[in-house]
Amino acid sequence: MKLSFPHFGYAQLAFRTLIEDLEHEAVMPPRPGKRTLDLGVRHSPEFICLPFKVVLGSYLETIEAGAEAGLAVGGIGPCRFGLYGLLQQAILQDLGYDFQLYIFEPPLTDIPDFIRKLHRLKPRWMSWRLLWRTIQKAFAQLEAIDQLERLAHQVRPFEVEKGSTRRAWQLALAGMAAARSREEIETAGHEGRQLLTAVEQDPERNPLRVGIVGEIYVVLESAVNFDLQTTLGEMGVSAQRSLWLSSWLRHNGLKAGEQDIRAAARPYLNEFVGGHGVNSIGETRLYAQAGYDGVIHLGPFSCLPEIVAKEILPRVSQDEGIPVMSIFVDEQTGRAGIQTRLEAFVDLLEHRRRNRKGSEQRNDCLFGH
Amino acid sequence: MKVRIGIPRTLAFYAFYPWWKGFLESLGLQPVVSAPTSRAILDAGVAAAVADACIPVKLYHGHVLNLQERVEYILVPRFVSVRRLETESFCPKFLGLPDMIREPDSRGPRLIDVRVDLAAGRRELLRVGREVGAVFGAGWPAVLHAYYRAGREMNRYRQLLQQRLTPPEALAVLEGAEPAPAEQGELCLAVMGYPYVLYDRFLNLDLLRRLRGQGVRVVTAEMVSPRQLRAEARRFPKNLFWHFSNQVLHAAAYYTRQQWVDGVIHVSSFGCGPDAMLGKMLELMTKRAEAKPFLTVLLDEHTGAGGLQTRLEAYVDMLKRRRGRL
Repeated sequence: MKLSFPHFGYAQLAFRTLIEDLEHEAVMPPRPGKRTLDLGVRHSPEFICLPFKVVLGSYLETIEAGAEAGLAVGGIGPCRFGLYGLLQQAILQDLGYDFQLYIFEPPLTDIPDFIRKLHRLKPRWMSWRLLWRTIQKAFAQLEAIDQLERLAHQVRPFEVEKGSTRRAWQLALAGMAAARSREEIETAGHEGRQLLTAVEQDPERNPLRVGIVGEIYVVLESAVNFDLQTTLGEMGVSAQRSLWLSSWLRHNGLKAGEQDIRAAARPYLNEFVGGHGVNSIGETRLYAQAGYDGVIHLGPFSCLPEIVAKEILPRVSQDEGIPVMSIFVDEQTGRAGIQTRLEAFVDLLEHRRRNRKGSEQRNDCLFGH
Repeated sequence: MKVRIGIPRTLAFYAFYPWWKGFLESLGLQPVVSAPTSRAILDAGVAAAVADACIPVKLYHGHVLNLQERVEYILVPRFVSVRRLETESFCPKFLGLPDMIREPDSRGPRLIDVRVDLAAGRRELLRVGREVGAVFGAGWPAVLHAYYRAGREMNRYRQLLQQRLTPPEALAVLEGAEPAPAEQGELCLAVMGYPYVLYDRFLNLDLLRRLRGQGVRVVTAEMVSPRQLRAEARRFPKNLFWHFSNQVLHAAAYYTRQQWVDGVIHVSSFGCGPDAMLGKMLELMTKRAEAKPFLTVLLDEHTGAGGLQTRLEAYVDMLKRRRGRL
């Protein structure tokens, strides 16, 4: 079977390994671009959030490339993400495509259904034990990719020659793309780390530190957030995030999410509102307490949980004394607009840091929309 | 003087007000409902809420502000669930509502932000009653008495809705008004939308009366019995996460199968997240076998009466012609 899946950061390399191990052909979704959005927007409801449109566009592009079925995940809400697969399947059917979506709900909500879907996807000869090891291997690759990306973001603000980290990261990623077996994944991870640490760095720098919080798809998918994290890095700002697909799966696949972040959010929002709404609040507080200079809050336009967060964040920003800038993206958002806002925000943070050195007065605070 | 408890006339108001009213009055408190939505309330809400919020949430801010001067407390319940159905909850904006409303150092009325999670257990509603009662120092017997009275009020309200009264009409009957004579009309339309949109005459520019003025009999989601709604829910492989959306989806599934329903109108408000999905589902549903003509009306603060009237007339004319032909 020719299987496709939505584009999700760099995780597609691990998805491909998994699909090929299950003896299917993987149809790789192209990096989301203008055409993806055009296709997605044309067939999506107008006021649905951006990830829905991108994912639907991705499916349509892979259908053109010959995909017969797709992988998707469900959810328990109340974020709309949990219903993506259901509605996308209906839309594709209405458009006349014979495209089957395998929607994996969180395993514990319906165990028999989960097993049935796995059974249909795995080759007959493969034992359940081997299937489990295959999934573990793909997960190991996902973790290796996340580690490399994290390292790249740590190195970048210190790079002496602008763009050298970007090149090293591309090489590391290419190595990871060729890796299939466990040993190859380990070697690729090792070589990638060497490539990245070999980038010439200036340890004297003291870069501004910015935390990135928000909705998972916009935070993770650089094609949608206009390479925000890399752009900041190349502006000499250390931009970090705590949201990674591998760790998210670890904490949310079977368990109830990151308890420390929930606890930090509690004084402001003591209710799970779906998606990463609570996390945005909790992480902002944690970043403030860790001495970060600012926080950038990302979300897709009309995102339900992040709108709740956005309405509460000004208070967190005020109480914790940390500037927060919310950026909501949709299909109309332009790169130049984001760039300008980032530059303005970074200017403000620099100014603020200089002023603070002189006097220990109660700091002024800004909340940007 | 009795202690006054403010209740905003929007969001969950049309679904559950009789319960709160019965409960609070039985405790010797005076429920005060905010004024019907007006331009001033809308403008105040738009100014107070975050720009990305939907119109109903902005209106909620406006209604809370409208109550501010007149009451000692404002009831801002956090609706988490009201029945057990898969993972049904409410829109995230309902879940975060008290946190979104709360001001850091307001000297205004105190907010009562009781958490309503009826899927948690059969005694949950009683617990809600005790929590609210405790704010006013009401003892156990008084709370129990109020709880039963509230339940009776709510049952009466539900019965009136089953008799095909709209929530505002049913509320009027509870206040002692004469029930309006049964509606007549050559067409019957299922008007699907959330109670806080359909019965807010300012927000929807009196849409229901405009339809009735054209000889249309209107049925809404509240008029389908809870039992029937549950039966419809079983037809779906996976239900939505939001209570009011499920109510509309299941009611629409019921109405599209009925011979006597001529068409389906979806009334939505700008910026509504769940409606982005629900609207598409209704569209696909009406397009399938039963083939009911489907109209979407999207409302925002700039919607003009002229445009709405023209669209409704065109739609109703089309249906009348269609009916003549059949």
